[in-house]
Amino acid sequence: MSLRDVLSPFTAWKHVIDTPVTIQDPFNREAADRYRGFHQNDMDKCIGCGSCEEICQNDAIDMVPVEGQNAGPGDSGLRPMIDYGRCCWCALCVDVCMTGSLTMSNEYTWVDSDPDAFRFIPGVDGKSWDLEPKGYQREDTRRLTGTTRAPMGEMEPEARIGNFDEIVDGFTREQAVIEADRCVECGLCVATCPAHMDIPDYISKVRDGDYEGGLQILYETNPFSQACGRICTHKCETTCAAMHEGDAIAIRWLKRDITDNVPRERYFDLIQKPDVPETGQKIAVIGAGPAGLTTAYDLARKGHKVVVFEALDKPGGMMRYGIPEYRLPYDVLDHEISVIESMGVEIRCNMRVGHEISMQQLEKAYDAVVLSIGLHQGRSTRVPGSEKAEAAIDLLRRITAGEEVPVPEQVAVIGGGNVAMDIARSMARLQKVKYDKVGVTITALEELDRFLADAEEIKEAQEEGCVIYPARGPQEITLEGENVTGLRTWKVKAIFDDEGRFAPKYDEADEMVHPAQMVVEAIGQMSDISLLGAELTEKLEWNRGRIMIDADGQTSEAWLWAAGDVTSGPDVIHAVADGHRVARSVGKMLATKREKLQ
Amino acid sequence: MFSFKPDRSQYPEPGPDGKLEIDLETGKYLKLWHGPNHPGITGNMSVELTVCGDEVVDGKTHVGYLHRGFEKLMERRTFIQVFPIVCRVCVPEPDFNEYCYAAAVEELADIDVPEMANWIRTLILEMGRFNSYMMAMGGISGALGLGVVGQWMTYTRDLMLDRFEELTGARIYHMFILPGGVRAHLPEGFEARMEEVLQTAEKYLADAEKLMFHSSVFKTRTKGVGYIDPALFERYGVTGPNARAGGVAKDVRKDSPYLVYDQLEFTVHTETESDIYARTLVRYKDLQETIQLIRQILRKMPKTGEVMSNLPNVLHWKIPRGETYIKGESSRGEYGYYLVTDGTGYPRRINVRGPSYTHAMALLEHLIPGTNISDVAALMVSLHTYPPEIER
Ligand SMILES: Cc1cc2nc3c(=O)[nH]c(=O)nc-3n(C[C@H](O)[C@H](O)[C@H](O)COP(=O)(O)OP(=O)(O)OC[C@H]3O[C@@H](n4cnc5c(N)ncnc54)[C@H](O)[C@@H]3O)c2cc1C
Ligand code: SF4
Ligand code: SF4
Ligand code: SF4
Repeated sequence: MSLRDVLSPFTAWKHVIDTPVTIQDPFNREAADRYRGFHQNDMDKCIGCGSCEEICQNDAIDMVPVEGQNAGPGDSGLRPMIDYGRCCWCALCVDVCMTGSLTMSNEYTWVDSDPDAFRFIPGVDGKSWDLEPKGYQREDTRRLTGTTRAPMGEMEPEARIGNFDEIVDGFTREQAVIEADRCVECGLCVATCPAHMDIPDYISKVRDGDYEGGLQILYETNPFSQACGRICTHKCETTCAAMHEGDAIAIRWLKRDITDNVPRERYFDLIQKPDVPETGQKIAVIGAGPAGLTTAYDLARKGHKVVVFEALDKPGGMMRYGIPEYRLPYDVLDHEISVIESMGVEIRCNMRVGHEISMQQLEKAYDAVVLSIGLHQGRSTRVPGSEKAEAAIDLLRRITAGEEVPVPEQVAVIGGGNVAMDIARSMARLQKVKYDKVGVTITALEELDRFLADAEEIKEAQEEGCVIYPARGPQEITLEGENVTGLRTWKVKAIFDDEGRFAPKYDEADEMVHPAQMVVEAIGQMSDISLLGAELTEKLEWNRGRIMIDADGQTSEAWLWAAGDVTSGPDVIHAVADGHRVARSVGKMLATKREKLQ
Repeated sequence: MFSFKPDRSQYPEPGPDGKLEIDLETGKYLKLWHGPNHPGITGNMSVELTVCGDEVVDGKTHVGYLHRGFEKLMERRTFIQVFPIVCRVCVPEPDFNEYCYAAAVEELADIDVPEMANWIRTLILEMGRFNSYMMAMGGISGALGLGVVGQWMTYTRDLMLDRFEELTGARIYHMFILPGGVRAHLPEGFEARMEEVLQTAEKYLADAEKLMFHSSVFKTRTKGVGYIDPALFERYGVTGPNARAGGVAKDVRKDSPYLVYDQLEFTVHTETESDIYARTLVRYKDLQETIQLIRQILRKMPKTGEVMSNLPNVLHWKIPRGETYIKGESSRGEYGYYLVTDGTGYPRRINVRGPSYTHAMALLEHLIPGTNISDVAALMVSLHTYPPEIER
């Protein structure tokens, strides 16, 4: 042992004169910028999706109702309450937050004698750190759920314009899995869907590849799942939690993915009529559109005898005679309806109520009658020459029915909604076949960004060669003798007056004449209620030209219900929801009637 | 200088089965509980000593004071939910758990990790090693009554915790290495602040060296004490500095490089005496190496790049059936995660291989008989063990 070994430890004494390293006042020591301290939540951004609750492995988060935060489209009205007796400050909740509303302050000291104070709702129960900009935030590019929608294959414009083949390919398995994976199962979309389809559940079936299970979930709420998987207006997607920091989930395409992936013959095994006794009660449904057929499907499954009277040659309503084949192929619709028929629903086509059979006869012969006749009369602009105009829905019906329709070289369409796009694109196809070129003009009162049609529809119409003139109001359909020569329009200055009433104002100096040998009006539809007859029309209660119904879809007549476009609309999924509602109400009435008889 | 020969005439004799025959009724022996609340025990475990005079004739290690059943808990958590748990398996050097778990998941789920993230992960692991060694140095000095070194080391470790705090957002449980990468880039000006810490550390380490390796007291109490026969290494699964102090140059960073260790230059230090002194010296040298490595990493790492790759939606993340073992060199030796997945959203089995499991239980029990009571603490600390990783 050397002398050095004895002496060197004494060098430690030099530290005696060091200043102490201990922090004197830890309460005022600010934590690092990224410190994971107490949470903050931006109430304006949070949508109550509960993803934070879902990810927390400590069960530290409970979603609770909060005063002033009302549930509404895309917002559950719930907000995360955090229990700091459980929280481990892992910030997974911040990382997963679908809106970026949840962050963490760098506040880490907080003293309170009340233990319950450490369970609070950030953003609601005010805290001193609420506005603290420092603290943990997830890096911008980092997400724990996918943000980008899986691409959907589509036919190129050149390939699709010469025919009525379906445009959208449907997902490949790979695309479907990517898309289904992004869903956080919050269920916000379920509240928005008029039929309250169990969206997160069937999406999870796509993920698992259990298409048959998925199909059964679909049919619990929607016997038009195949159609809706293609043409649904997909309002659900406008409230999807994923849209806040990325693309909304392609809910509609995932629904289609399920229906495409179950072999058609398997439908009849998977969706069977429940084993219920026949009630012997009979219901007449007028109109084989989605509203009428959904009612029929539900009631038949309850053991009732349902007969559907349809004026046209084939069932399907506007899904067949309105929506063009390139969006909804007929064989899909045929198959869909055959599943409904397999429940024992009888559809009698070419039976126009009011002609072949009267309302009075139905009232007598059936326990209940459901009116679901849709809107099959086109509205007219009533501008000079409009008696020579074609109605969009008439033309569409004739195209579907395979009737000869005139196909001139130039067509002008009035209207900026989806029906206008459908007829414009249908005519464009016929022109392409006949002349190998497209000559369709679309005019509408609205500016392009205010068109009622879906953005996709507008884009695709333009891709196919239709030319759009936005903000132009029709003044006259110009004629030469009996023949249409064009459409005269003025520039629109305003559509509504100061009170918000429809009263278009024009700039008369800005006039255009769109040359056309056919002008099509696509500005709305109404019901043909002539089937009711004068007596019944008189008896029924009306509300601004529409039959008045109660919350269950029942009219003022005890035996008559109404559903679908004829009362509300505006689309297939609303018609389906309406069908369920009416079926429930009719079913209830029938049950009461049975009980009385017993 | 001082020598003391105890009278061994009263000591127990091994019985026919080779085991000591200890009869407490004779009054010759005393049971002494070393821990779980004893400053000379590392963490929450205890050693049940049987002493005769001041010599320990038998020792039984007891664990279970801390058991939180992590591995079982993980089987009930989704893959992302396991992430905040793993760090808790080892308090002083938690990052190894984060890395091993993330790497295991990445392998089975086939996820690529961006280059930048690998560098930051390596940096984090070396920062963790720095802290762990600081604790070991402080601990061994403390166990030998040299409190001042413990204070210096705690202080420097605290400075490193500041760096952890600004990089990861937390001081102890960093929860920073997510499967797929790491949570964030280095903050602005991080390198300069880290350099300050390293310089302070070097200053204190230079002082500590004088107090430890050039101190007659330290030498007397550590040299030749707590000898581990290298022949036992295989049998007891001895790795890390405990093995390196016995001349075995094993280091996972060199032997099967992971992360970016193949792009870094460093020496694996060994000693031959295999006693407390040698083990402490190996740690001291390795700590210097770690300081050097942190500098090297900050110098060599890319300046830009993604830190995280895209994960599938973690809320319902399923990983295909598979199994893997991911290992790395922690400050205490080989650290590993064995992960089994069965295609569901939950790990089927996670097994944590912490070096303390072998070092603190079986090996310690083997080493204890024949030591002096006052050496037990030093012996135990010299094995550098952390009970939480025994009781995963
Ligand atoms: C061109 C066009 C495109 C559309 N595109 C979409 C779309 O993409 N997505 C979407 O969700 N919705 C779309 N819609 C709306 C959707 O088609 C309707 O909302 C839906 O079909 C309404 O269903 P319904 O059952 O109420 O009526 P309809 O589908 O109109 O069915 C009513 C049925 O009653 C029959 N009927 C009428 N009178 C009688 C009578 N006297 N006797 C017997 N039968 C009678 C009709 O022939 C018809 O079959 C579109 C509509 C049109 C016109
Ligand atoms: S994840 Fe975000 S948006 Fe959703 S409830 Fe939680 S804090 Fe609100
Ligand atoms: S920080 Fe972690 S433990 Fe705390 S509430 Fe968020 S997810 Fe739960
Ligand atoms: S589709 Fe969107 S809104 Fe619906 S459950 Fe999934 S993430 Fe939530």
